Amino acid sequence: MAVFVYAENINGVYKKAAFEAVSYAKAVADKAGDTVTAISINPTDSSDLLYKYGASNVINIKDEGLKNFSAKAFAQAVSEVADGNIIVFPHTTDASSIAPMLAVMKNYSLITNVLEAPESLSPFQVKRKAFSGKGFMHAKAEGNGVIITVSQNAFGVKENAVSGSEEIKNLSVANEDTKVISHEQSSGKLDLKEAEIVVSAGRGMKGPENWGMIEELANVLGAATACSKPVSDIGWRPHTEHVGQTGKAISPNLYIAVGISGAIQHLAGVNSSKTIVVINNDAEAPFFKSADYGVVGDAFQIIPALTEKIKAIKG
Amino acid sequence: MKILVCISSVPDTTSKINFTADKSAFDKNGIQWVINPLDEFALTKAVKLQESQGATVTVINVGDAATEPVIRKALAIGANDAVRVNLDPKDSYSTAKEIAAVAQNGGYDLILCGKESIDYNGGSVPGMVAQLLNQPFVNASVGLDVNGSEATAVREIEGGKETISVKLPAVIAGQKGLVDEKDLIIPNMRGIMSARTKPLQVVEPASSEVKVQGVSYDSVPPRAAVKMVSPDNLDELVRLLHEEAKVI
Repeated sequence: MAVFVYAENINGVYKKAAFEAVSYAKAVADKAGDTVTAISINPTDSSDLLYKYGASNVINIKDEGLKNFSAKAFAQAVSEVADGNIIVFPHTTDASSIAPMLAVMKNYSLITNVLEAPESLSPFQVKRKAFSGKGFMHAKAEGNGVIITVSQNAFGVKENAVSGSEEIKNLSVANEDTKVISHEQSSGKLDLKEAEIVVSAGRGMKGPENWGMIEELANVLGAATACSKPVSDIGWRPHTEHVGQTGKAISPNLYIAVGISGAIQHLAGVNSSKTIVVINNDAEAPFFKSADYGVVGDAFQIIPALTEKIKAIKG
Repeated sequence: MKILVCISSVPDTTSKINFTADKSAFDKNGIQWVINPLDEFALTKAVKLQESQGATVTVINVGDAATEPVIRKALAIGANDAVRVNLDPKDSYSTAKEIAAVAQNGGYDLILCGKESIDYNGGSVPGMVAQLLNQPFVNASVGLDVNGSEATAVREIEGGKETISVKLPAVIAGQKGLVDEKDLIIPNMRGIMSARTKPLQVVEPASSEVKVQGVSYDSVPPRAAVKMVSPDNLDELVRLLHEEAKVI
């Protein structure tokens, strides 16, 4: 049962999600009594970074035609080298675009949003997130090959160093259907889905001009910022920060919700956070029922004070 | 231009999710059904292209007769006609196969979908349809323009966005941003009346191959009771996060 894993990079640099996917693949390979082969497309980072999490073979695809992302061309490239019956992807935007196309190319089963190591290997059965975080599904793959995408921050990044070797594959995949016109990436901003701490705020902040204190708290914690749906609908914050059922589903270690009442749709996107802190001036806010820690009070006083106290211990 | 919009009938976003006593299935009792919210962005975008470019919009749903009210709502929003594949969908692959089979002969220039459904969250159908039809695929789209035989799509990427030109026919999976929330169309009386007489074709499934089975389901376990901390004692909150939860 050869285990392959797609190690995603951005501009050549491996993502944390890639290390998590390799960690997951290693757990599967250990169970199967096999090794992990990682596939990466045009990386500039060293393969040592992947050996560290358990990949003993790394196939680096070199292809000028794959400088720009195309789901179809990337799926084609992975299909040419992934010669195993288990292929692991992170559940990132790019990987979850490639995986369904690859599943059809290979005629494999596809199980997305996987949360834990598999319950069994043959048949392949695993727990996955469903109903936007309001439930879990134990999914069983039919047939011999399976592709899975691992929900970010669910399995975790686990060091498991092995000695590895690298192989360069020169491909030239046709990439004619799509053409990237422009690519904007804000540098230095923490990715919301990868972040281990997220500070989020809702209508209780009264206006976009008050977000400075949310950003400062996030900054001190090394956290990403997020918001509730009404806030992105009004345009106080960009859509990309909306967490919830129809926005992004996240699973950070710590989720701090400020001035968010906790509608069921919001909870759906955040309730797999490991620890939830709710700060709200309404003691009846439903979110307190789903929180680990709660503070009833004025966010405009609490947030700056909390920021100072965290600054002090981070010293 | 011909557009096919894939819609899924899902539990209303406010639904509490319960499973049957033996945990083998989702409990549909007392559930209100709606168009998958992410598909609604795709449908609204299609109706806007219908207005601006004279496109025709067909909606497709893979589902049993119980999904017809949701299909009628899509017609009331402005789709020209609808196809229902008479199959209670079991997994993403079987759903994608049915959509691709209908699309194969339809000559559609553009297939629009939501990037995932809010029930099973597979996020797999759009990409599978694209591959089954051998068409390009753009996922997580937050913007779309069509110009003749080419589309320009904006897709969300981690920490940014990317603008791509795509040769049609293509499959585009969208989300909020494809149109704004405030631009979603709420059917008016005229739309609702005309939806009653718009064509809704029912076709029988082409195949029944299932690749993934839901063996059992679990609810989310409740959290331990919340620990309340006084706003005058934030040191205690910091201590709990540091020492007890060990998250800072």
